Amino acid sequence: MNVPADLRYAKTHEWIRVEGDMVTVGITDHAQTELTDIVYAEPPKIGAEVKAGATAAVVESVKAASDIYSPLSGTVTEVNSVLSENPALLNTDPFGQGWIYKMKASSPAEMEALLTPEAYTAQIS
Amino acid sequence: MSDPASLKHTPLESAHVACGARMVEFGGWLMPVQYSGIMDEHRAVRSSSGMFDISHMGEVLVEGSGALSWLESLLTNRVGKLGLTRGQYTLMLDGNGGVIDDLIIYRTGEMSYFLVINGACRDLDLEWMRSRLPTDGSVVLKDQGDAYAAIALQGPDSERILRSLYHACEVPKRNGIAKLTESIGSTPSLVARTGYTGEDGFELFVPVNDGIILWDRLLAAGVKPCGLGSRDTLRLEMGYPLNGSDLSRNRTPLEAGLDKFTGIDDPEKGDFSGRKALENQRSSGLPSRLLPLKLTVSGPPLRSHYPVIFEDKPIGETCSGALSPSLGEGIAMAYLPPALSAPGTAVEIEVRGRRYAATITTLPFNKRA
Repeated sequence: MNVPADLRYAKTHEWIRVEGDMVTVGITDHAQTELTDIVYAEPPKIGAEVKAGATAAVVESVKAASDIYSPLSGTVTEVNSVLSENPALLNTDPFGQGWIYKMKASSPAEMEALLTPEAYTAQIS
Repeated sequence: MSDPASLKHTPLESAHVACGARMVEFGGWLMPVQYSGIMDEHRAVRSSSGMFDISHMGEVLVEGSGALSWLESLLTNRVGKLGLTRGQYTLMLDGNGGVIDDLIIYRTGEMSYFLVINGACRDLDLEWMRSRLPTDGSVVLKDQGDAYAAIALQGPDSERILRSLYHACEVPKRNGIAKLTESIGSTPSLVARTGYTGEDGFELFVPVNDGIILWDRLLAAGVKPCGLGSRDTLRLEMGYPLNGSDLSRNRTPLEAGLDKFTGIDDPEKGDFSGRKALENQRSSGLPSRLLPLKLTVSGPPLRSHYPVIFEDKPIGETCSGALSPSLGEGIAMAYLPPALSAPGTAVEIEVRGRRYAATITTLPFNKRA
């Protein structure tokens, strides 16, 4: 199971990549394996306020809809519009082209509560 | 989820695990929902072949001098139409015309009938039937559910594959049933040319201990294992109802559009359980109709229990829904006011608080050239 070393993780199987004050959010390899064929993604709206632990997006596989929880609180600045044409990217490239949204974090201290790659790997093992 | 200790297990469970299946609870049974993926399995059935474990379904043998007339009074479709080795889709109704189960009945002998009933209501069906048996011994009912393992082989390549496994088998015609005399285990084994996918295919009933052997031989012949996920998308594309979702005790088969599988317009069909209720509906008008819907904009997959809106008012909810793998669009069925049944009628379906434009359409959803 792929768990990139440069990311941080939520218990609910989302990841964040921090680049300056920009945070990118997506779902992990473990999450996409559990979901199987993803056929639809509903990212948040640009400008939406998200709260750590609250639903920010929805991802649907053939069998079920799944809530995606924002790992951090803040404001959505960009969404991955390619996902509406190609939701399968969430399966094939969950850490790269399958990113869901970018945000500005309002409480960077919340990152302390996220898991390191080692801690996340332990959780999913 | 039910108490795991009370879950029923099919005789093919180890084969599913070996094939990498994800297992789920379905109607009290532990069943495979998918192996390689629902889309992949769906496409395999539409283009070549796939196989489903249907061992959870029940098999009932009804025999005797009184069998025909008893079955005529129990089931909606006229049993007397069946020549030897022929099968038909039919329903068993309660006194209000509500559906207890939908099933297929085959005539396997002069006074001998083989019924295949849904896995989720095996016990209920048997209780209903047993409580209505005549006491004079003219009808003998045998529950054979635990004696059989069953596999549905479906797809355009089905006949070729069947013949490759059973060289001397008499291959039945559509809706027919035949004995597998060249069985891979002991008899009896049966093969029926029926299915729930809309493709050509066969449902094979073999002795319970031979199930894995048959599964492995089909696997070796290149047949793709398919689970409940693709079974649902395949049948929904065809508009085939599912008992428990699209059929229930609360709706009659007339509301579900299954008139021709009831004997209500057949001058040679006599009384049957629920007939009066159907006739009443015919005189007073149907309270609802099961209608096929599809999205006319791109949107999320459709599922059951999504509100259907007409002129800004909720008028019902979906009872089945899916993202059709063959069509790439959302399809659903819902019981709606009969006045809205004209194809092209514009409605909306509400998903997570947002409304998406949809239309009443016609069946099957996937129309072929």
